[in-house]
Amino acid sequence: MGAILGMSGAATQGLFRNPLADPSLIGVTAGASLGAALVIVLGGNLLQGYTALTAVSIGAFAGGAVAVLFVYRLATSSSGTSVATMLLAGIAITALAGAVGSLLEFHADNDMLRRISLWKMGGMDGANYPRLLLAGLVGAALLLALPRYAGTLNALLLGESEARHLGIDVDRAKILLVGWVAVGVGTSVALVGTIAFVGLVVPHIVRMLVGPDHRVLLPASALAGAILLVVADTLARVVIAPTELPVGIITAIIGVPFFISLLRQRHYYGMQA
Amino acid sequence: MSVLALQQASAAPWGAPLLRDISLTLESGGILGLTGPNGAGKSSLLRLIAGDIPLAAGRLQLAGKPREEWPRRLLARRLAYLPQLSLLNFPYTVEEVVTMGRMPHDTGVSTDAGIVAQALAATDTANLRERLYTRLSGGEKQRVQLARVFSQVWDAGPGALLLLDEPTTALDLSHQQMVLAAVRALAERGCAVVLASHDLNLVAGLAGSVAVLQQGRIAACGSPREVFTRQLFREIFAIDVLVQRHPERDQPLVISR
Repeated sequence: MGAILGMSGAATQGLFRNPLADPSLIGVTAGASLGAALVIVLGGNLLQGYTALTAVSIGAFAGGAVAVLFVYRLATSSSGTSVATMLLAGIAITALAGAVGSLLEFHADNDMLRRISLWKMGGMDGANYPRLLLAGLVGAALLLALPRYAGTLNALLLGESEARHLGIDVDRAKILLVGWVAVGVGTSVALVGTIAFVGLVVPHIVRMLVGPDHRVLLPASALAGAILLVVADTLARVVIAPTELPVGIITAIIGVPFFISLLRQRHYYGMQA
Repeated sequence: MSVLALQQASAAPWGAPLLRDISLTLESGGILGLTGPNGAGKSSLLRLIAGDIPLAAGRLQLAGKPREEWPRRLLARRLAYLPQLSLLNFPYTVEEVVTMGRMPHDTGVSTDAGIVAQALAATDTANLRERLYTRLSGGEKQRVQLARVFSQVWDAGPGALLLLDEPTTALDLSHQQMVLAAVRALAERGCAVVLASHDLNLVAGLAGSVAVLQQGRIAACGSPREVFTRQLFREIFAIDVLVQRHPERDQPLVISR
């Protein structure tokens, strides 16, 4: 799961040519949260146990996919896809999904509220073999698919038109990359809820260690994301054992100070954001 | 067969026409200079040839074949374009940036490394190869980007086309000379070059032919000696200049008064 998030983060940052970009910026996370909340509230108490978990996951995945498609449509015109518009559209979708989500929570009863907010914090306590299998399959697919775009992502950092002049089908690459990121993040949000900052922080740390070349960056981010999440999950399990803390809390607590220091020192890494 | 041929080409990517009735041809090894006032369409013409803006009317052929019929990768092996501005703000090393110029080619790692080394040497950036691109000065960045497009068409030979948009704006005099020598060497190996610049004497010394653009049209075209006249500068640039013969070389010398 951490590997999926780490790789998706690295690909998104390359695609948006902005080291501060995060998969949640293109609306996937917000859309997925809304999808899950919808299922919890509408499904109500009809859904219990595994059925409920599965239905919530499917809702999240569908919500994420719809959001990213919508953002992508908004940002695409006959003259190509504008990365800036895409970011702004992602922010708008996030706000809209948040508002609708709040509306749902307003109408939800206490039990539902608790389930929504627990799910939003993110956690791996729902792990079971079917879910593990799905996560493994998506992770493997991303590990095989994304590194094929490493050269393309490198060239995209030069600029879209420069990449085009290096013989790359930029529009096709963008659609495929957005699609892969949506699948990766959608699946991950569906299975474990929103886990903050892994997609942002991991590619950053890795870039400082191995440089920005995506041929190394993508697999290294996958590895580092997996390690970070395993560590965070272990912490989550032992800090107030036997109760398990939602892992999203831990990653946010680690991630936010890092994010702030990143904002303060970004010139240091030779980047302007 | 001409490397580049435009016939009554026009472009209007955002409604109002940017380029009108452009006709010109360029042979293998030829160097064409583009000049003209700000907003005259120099960059637009380069971007039209590069394919960044679509052709609205007329014809644009590369080596006898319409531009849009060229397969993407084959075209990238023989057409390189240096835009005015570079957006790269990720800390790649200089060598990595220049190596990206070899992306469309399947010539193998050792050939690529050799060409990259030559391109680095030609732009005096070999000593920067391990440095991070984002920490370079403006002139150094420009030389690195030049090395990247040089490496893209370095071994393409006759039929290749190099488009340079203001390649020397940030360069000191000695590096300007160095880059010009590299462009000349590429042209001698058969690469055709289109170069947009405001440096009239640089254009006069380098280019075999010059096109002066004004409001999207070619106002004058020919050898630098035919084109650079006092009257042309008065009509198109609205300035009064002296046009003399270069004391050592057979080229016009434009001096402001």
